[in-house]
Amino acid sequence: MERKVSENVGYTTEGNVMVKKITVLSGKGGTGKTSLTASFAVLTQHAVLTDCDVDAPDLHMLLKPEILETQEFKASRVAVIDQDTCVQCGKCEENCRFGAIEKQVVDPILCEGCGVCAYICPVATIELEKRVSGYAYISKTKYGPMSHALLNPGEENSGKLVALVRQNAKKVAEKDNCELIVNDGPPGIGCPVIASLGGVDMGLIVTEPTLSGIHDMERALGLLNHFKIPALVCVNKYDINEENTSRIVEFCESNGVEVVGKIPFDPIVTEAMVAGKPIVEYAPKSNVSKAIEELWERTLEQIVT
Amino acid sequence: MIITVASGKGGTGKTTVAVNMALSLENVQLLDCDVEEPNSHILLQPTITETKPVCTKFPVISEDLCDYCRKCSKFCAYNALFVAPKTVMVFPQLCHSCGGCVLVCPNNAITEKERQIGVIKKGEGKGVEIVYGEIDVGEAMAVPLIRAVKNEMKDDKNVIIDAPPGTACSLVASVHKTDFCILVTEPTPFGLHDLKITVQVLKNLGVPMGVIVNCAGLGDRKVYEYCEKENIPLLMEIPFSKRIAELYSRGVPFVTQMPEWKEKFQKMWDTLQRGM
Repeated sequence: MERKVSENVGYTTEGNVMVKKITVLSGKGGTGKTSLTASFAVLTQHAVLTDCDVDAPDLHMLLKPEILETQEFKASRVAVIDQDTCVQCGKCEENCRFGAIEKQVVDPILCEGCGVCAYICPVATIELEKRVSGYAYISKTKYGPMSHALLNPGEENSGKLVALVRQNAKKVAEKDNCELIVNDGPPGIGCPVIASLGGVDMGLIVTEPTLSGIHDMERALGLLNHFKIPALVCVNKYDINEENTSRIVEFCESNGVEVVGKIPFDPIVTEAMVAGKPIVEYAPKSNVSKAIEELWERTLEQIVT
Repeated sequence: MIITVASGKGGTGKTTVAVNMALSLENVQLLDCDVEEPNSHILLQPTITETKPVCTKFPVISEDLCDYCRKCSKFCAYNALFVAPKTVMVFPQLCHSCGGCVLVCPNNAITEKERQIGVIKKGEGKGVEIVYGEIDVGEAMAVPLIRAVKNEMKDDKNVIIDAPPGTACSLVASVHKTDFCILVTEPTPFGLHDLKITVQVLKNLGVPMGVIVNCAGLGDRKVYEYCEKENIPLLMEIPFSKRIAELYSRGVPFVTQMPEWKEKFQKMWDTLQRGM
């Protein structure tokens, strides 16, 4: 038995809510992922928002979450050598593939916590200490629940923390009967981005009409294609270089990717950020907000079908 | 002198600063360590003289010798091995190539193979020597590639490193053992928030730093107040300008069209060098 529970998104099949998931990504940083995601939060009732940019998260500055639950994130280990019992045989240094041990001293920056040194040490003087590498938060905002995190400065394992953020979002969505999870993705195409894409129904790429923006969009599209995730593209600040915008549209058309919207450049977006508000709430009648509303509507249509 | 250009927040103008600074100086080697999305070469249009693969090791299990004791999967800190009753699964993309599984296997059933995770490209464009890495699409681990790019560093050059966005391990790998870090930020709440995290990373690493405010005139004054309070020198302001944005959009470094900026970058570099 299939039952539609919402006009827009989400179905129940045999009583299970199927939560739809979309990730906003870009490849290149600073194209407007977070400003857009915050606006989507305003425009969507009953969605869970996540910030998957765990090492430079910004979404909370617009959504102003109230933290309900904090979790310690302990994923990494670091080798510690007890200098009193060390016999200076040099085996640890010899076997460390990361160059993290020099003269029996561990460089915690280079240490990846693999444990080879502790294993090889003949006098068992090396311990691996677990360290707290960040925190995950489950919060509420006036726009809906939010799952986010903060990696400690310079830490590793951002991908694992992203996975935790997404697990938390899934739990919240199931508990609160939310039908959609919107993930604000990190820049790049590596580890944390891949973690933000696992099992999503759609990737929305935010690009800008610069040669760098186009180059990075192509790689982001390659990544979605690699994981067989349907892609949509929107062009932010499209009027900064309309010739490049046409190139983006042509490229997407010839690759069967829909361009769901074009947003004009307007300093009012920065004003909204300074005011700490999503742009569609700060200036609902602006051309930027209208463009965002339209592109979000087209995106939702694509997620449902 | 080795200078890294970093930011925390993406899209603040790291590549713009790195490339325009490189074009203002003599005897420069530019290392683009944003291996996920390298962009420096788009502005420099280099002639590539060498492309070489970057590989990492991963374990291969000999099923003849393996008795499924699980010592390898128990040891692996990255969950790159899974031992089922009659088979072993290896997940090369999770493997950090530490070699631990080879050491712990009591039956010598594990050997290592190499696989490509990306490439390094070397060349020259507009008089600047450039090295950049390009991670293969779908690969997760950027750090080995960043280290490979940095291995190409030349001692007799003025080295500029274009770092990736973010404040995690990729930034640390890029900025590790450099003399100074230029932080490019924009005067907005996002710019400031991510700047603060990046400053903490650099303090932990003991790398001295200064700030360039890009898109000055937009946003608010809080970045300036923060830098003053923290005693972080303001090295330069690049105003928000439609002309600079438009040049960037076409891949044109602005110092080639606005040569007065070359002098500003030279002066900044000289000041930093004197401070070393």
